[in-house]
Amino acid sequence: MIANYGFKDGSGDWYVAIDTDKCNGCGKCQEVCPVKILEVGPDEIDIFREEPVAFVKHEERKKVRYSCAPCKPGYGEEPAPCAKVCEPKAFSFSDGWVCLYGHK
Amino acid sequence: MADVKTQEFWRWPETNWVSPDIDWKKGKLITAGVDVGSVSTQAVIMVDGELYAYGNTRTGSDSPNSAIKGMGFALEKSGMKIENIDYCIGTGYGRVNVPMAQQSITEISCHARGANFMYGPEVRTVMDMGGQDCKAINVDDRGKVLNFMMNDKCAAGTGRGMEVFADLIRVPVWEIGPRSFQIQKEPPMISSTCVVFAKSEVVGLLESGMPENDIMAAYCSAMAHRIMELLNRLGVKEKFVITGGIAKNEGVVKRLEKELGIKTADRVWYKKEYVDRGYPFDTQLAGGIGAALFGQALLKMGKAKSARKA
Repeated sequence: MIANYGFKDGSGDWYVAIDTDKCNGCGKCQEVCPVKILEVGPDEIDIFREEPVAFVKHEERKKVRYSCAPCKPGYGEEPAPCAKVCEPKAFSFSDGWVCLYGHK
Repeated sequence: MADVKTQEFWRWPETNWVSPDIDWKKGKLITAGVDVGSVSTQAVIMVDGELYAYGNTRTGSDSPNSAIKGMGFALEKSGMKIENIDYCIGTGYGRVNVPMAQQSITEISCHARGANFMYGPEVRTVMDMGGQDCKAINVDDRGKVLNFMMNDKCAAGTGRGMEVFADLIRVPVWEIGPRSFQIQKEPPMISSTCVVFAKSEVVGLLESGMPENDIMAAYCSAMAHRIMELLNRLGVKEKFVITGGIAKNEGVVKRLEKELGIKTADRVWYKKEYVDRGYPFDTQLAGGIGAALFGQALLKMGKAKSARKA
């Protein structure tokens, strides 16, 4: 499953996408995220999945516009820390329709 | 009927229903799903995976009471009690605050599962138009989520926005859809997506003498356009369905279909017997139905234990 956490600001539509089929639940993204919005735990979308998975914390979902903005492609470090550290390459970051970097 | 001056135009009617064809006392597994949304609350009761009863109410100021009210409303005509329910799952915005629920599951999975049950396994894209946010979901033939996308917006372009708009122009919310087509020419859409700004834009349009029906059309197309943005990115596949309250507003749905070039599936039960027996079809039930079905699956798999007290 691909979980897209999106936001929109003056510079466009942005999406942080996590491919849960690739995610191995190692939790490295959680550590490197500068604003600590990621969490690794039981998959709440696919309730039958046994392994833990990375997701954006509940209370942070409506605020990704502020928390993820510093890592936006063209603004922050590229690729973003979460995408860089992810060994199974589950993270991607895109602007609207175009996947700017990431591993889809 | 309330006095016209004090009438609240956003107040859509609450409904409940009990299946006359099922005797719940003979049922083995009775599961319930309570979908406490930001605007509406639905409680759905299913007996062995068949729809038995539902209650669709407006959410009050606190989630626990809304859940209790919704459940009470669903059980009202049935003779069943909360104690007779094997497993209850809470979902929606207020899912962690459902007192009778044994577990909570996010509304994304529940709507996907519910749409699969309501519209059939051919459903590939589900758009849940809720009260305060909208989600676009791609699903497989078993109702499993493949890809989802949610907006970070508030009430912009969602059900609550429509209610606020209804109140502002003093037209009952269920009349906006049909009336938005009684126009000469399709007007340009409302440009703001924020409800507060849209409201002031509407007030401006009213002052400029624009006919009410045209303003409704402008608001509906703004909302349709707003949903388009999400769907375009996700990729819409047929069968495409809309769940949630906005699905009942043809003004938005028809304009969205026109922009997308894809028709939404007919709002009828996939199960033939439900159609033949004349079961009411309510797009708002998807979350509750999905939750109840998950409850049944969890019980069958032995991942959950029955909490039945009587």
